[in-house]
Amino acid sequence: MIAFLSDFTIQNVVVGAMLLGIISGVLGSFAVLRKQSLLGDTLSHAALPGICIGFLVAGSRSLPFLLGGALLTGAAAALVVLMLGRTTRLKTDASLGIALSVFFALGIVLLTMIQSTGNAAQGGLESFLFGQAAAILRSDLYVMGAITALAVILVGLLWKEFKLVTFDPQFAATLGLPVLALDVLLTTMIALAVVVGLQMVGVVLMAAMIIAPAVAARQWTDRLGTMVGLAAFFGMAAGVFGALVSATARGLATGPLIVIAISVLVLASLLLAPQRGIVWEALRQYENRKHLRARQVLSTLYRLAAEHNDPAYRAEQGMIDAYHGFGTHAALKRLEDRALVTQTRHAPETTAHWKLTQAGIAAAQADRTENGEDHA
Amino acid sequence: MLEAFFDSPDAMIMLTGALVGIAASLVGTFLVLRGAAMLSDAISHSIVFGIIIVWLLTGQASGPLQIIGAALTGLLTAALTEFLVSTRKVKSDAAIGLVFPLLFSIGVLLINIYARNVHIDQHTVLLGEIGFVWLDTMELGGLLIPEAVIWTGTMALLNLAFITLFYKELKLSTFDPALARALGFMPGLLAYATMGLLSGTAVAAFDSVGAILFIAFVIVPPAAAYLLTDRLWLMLVIGCAIAIASAIAGYWLAVLLNASIGGMMALMTGGFFTLALLAGPRYGILAQWLRRKRRRGENACRTLAVHLYNHEGEANASEENVAAALSEHLHWSPEQARQTLLKSLDDGLISRSGDLLVLTPKGRATAREVLEPWSQAPAN
Repeated sequence: MIAFLSDFTIQNVVVGAMLLGIISGVLGSFAVLRKQSLLGDTLSHAALPGICIGFLVAGSRSLPFLLGGALLTGAAAALVVLMLGRTTRLKTDASLGIALSVFFALGIVLLTMIQSTGNAAQGGLESFLFGQAAAILRSDLYVMGAITALAVILVGLLWKEFKLVTFDPQFAATLGLPVLALDVLLTTMIALAVVVGLQMVGVVLMAAMIIAPAVAARQWTDRLGTMVGLAAFFGMAAGVFGALVSATARGLATGPLIVIAISVLVLASLLLAPQRGIVWEALRQYENRKHLRARQVLSTLYRLAAEHNDPAYRAEQGMIDAYHGFGTHAALKRLEDRALVTQTRHAPETTAHWKLTQAGIAAAQADRTENGEDHA
Repeated sequence: MLEAFFDSPDAMIMLTGALVGIAASLVGTFLVLRGAAMLSDAISHSIVFGIIIVWLLTGQASGPLQIIGAALTGLLTAALTEFLVSTRKVKSDAAIGLVFPLLFSIGVLLINIYARNVHIDQHTVLLGEIGFVWLDTMELGGLLIPEAVIWTGTMALLNLAFITLFYKELKLSTFDPALARALGFMPGLLAYATMGLLSGTAVAAFDSVGAILFIAFVIVPPAAAYLLTDRLWLMLVIGCAIAIASAIAGYWLAVLLNASIGGMMALMTGGFFTLALLAGPRYGILAQWLRRKRRRGENACRTLAVHLYNHEGEANASEENVAAALSEHLHWSPEQARQTLLKSLDDGLISRSGDLLVLTPKGRATAREVLEPWSQAPAN
């Protein structure tokens, strides 16, 4: 295990995955909260032509050039989306789709043109499609690390502003904040996150790394700070898992493994997160339903007693069932446990009958007062 | 003659591209109008999952089973997305972005594990290889026809039939879903049917143009058509025309530049979209700019008329109502003053009397229209 972890490649991969997790978790949180989840998808696809242009300019697979190109075309795609939204009547998703597909098509065309020139240095450009963690070099890590540090520092410095623009852009504008500039800055930084993820997960699946950690983190907390931290943590965990599996089992692409890991985290969060978890919610609903039924039955008994002018009125169970349209036995049992009703007989009939206890009458009255339907 | 046509690789490649384009943009029109365009992104990725599952079960990499499998995968994607949204924990755009990467990832990993070096690989799925469609042929009515042409043609016909049969229903449920539901047209069911057809088209297309370039054919031609017309049927026709033109132009450009044919076809849709965006007769940027410029000129003429009207017959009229005063009093640049003056003279709003500018009756009416709109007689 120690030997495994001290392996040079493995170290690179783990550090790269951690960097990716941090930056995509932090910036993805803002994207998801601002309902711009699919922008990440467009930006990541739009990075492909940039990578090719970077390669053509540098003449080799030099990471700073590739990433610079990716950032450039990503930003251009974001601009196109913004411009289409402002000058045409197309809906946002159509603008996103147009930018995504046309930029990606340009990327494919450039990629095939580079490949057809037979340049030996082009090997590995295709790994940007699905990611290949094992191909990460130590020098690549410095670039990725610098970008991540820059993004995290920027978010830290502009925390208050980003928070306000995310949750209440109108208010931010009335305070005189440069909303458009902050918008552009956040979008550009998402492009930065995409750029860091290119080698790990590739352009196609980068969208998931923007969205999924943030959605998972959202389930656990209502505080932005906690959410951003958790998202970074989830992103790191999934990244390290996927990268390690892919680096050890040959032939499995890194990106899909990371995406599956993060999807499992999302599913677990959706189901099990305290408060918002679907499982807890279903349990709460079940409890509430049982409670509500008991209250309904209690109220029915009370009204029957009031109607007959007899506090000790004995109601037949079948009749109570008929009133409610569902089996009331369980509800009556619960009320009996709380000593609000007691089971009695009503000779000569042999079926079960129920009457209110003193406490039951008091509880039913309290309930009615609370609901504002006092005995009018 | 017909045989020669089906024997020619060039013709077959362009025909496949055009058929994919027609099938995709027919369905895409309704997605674009409904604001659900990114669903095509989701579906074109997640059908990879369906394709590999059907391949593992039956060993068939194309054909009717694949199309049915893909239709089911498309429905699965839509259903999962809707389920996530219905939990109210996730917004709809994030839900789309969660579902398709997962299905796509599982698909790619299954390919990695089971199908290495077989007909299906992750590149074919993503990028397609339209250049080889003429290799796999099938005999139909005594002619050897490429399989890709048959399947994409089938999907194009299916989509066309669906849209023709349910044109009224689709139109209503696209533009007024509430009314459609109230009238019992079941817009939900129609949406699922559209989704199924879209997935089927995607799988028929994936061999040739690949999953992602398929999105271009679904979204871009209808979006371009939307910028050119307000009529639904015309939008469908223009969308198809752009798709066909993109397929043909893309093929020749790709051959010329030795680049990916599918990529170039998709890029050409972008080219046509840019054209529509710039030069569209009504919503184009150029038309908008011209309209704005013309309106600015008209407004300037009105301003001039009002200015002259205000000072007409006053003591300082000889000071105010002269060409030289315009740039100072109305804050116009000399060039703008000159242009406005010329246009007003042309339109017969003013006339010259020595140095003095005099309103014609038409010019006076224009000024009064601005200053005293209530004094105008009602139009009828």
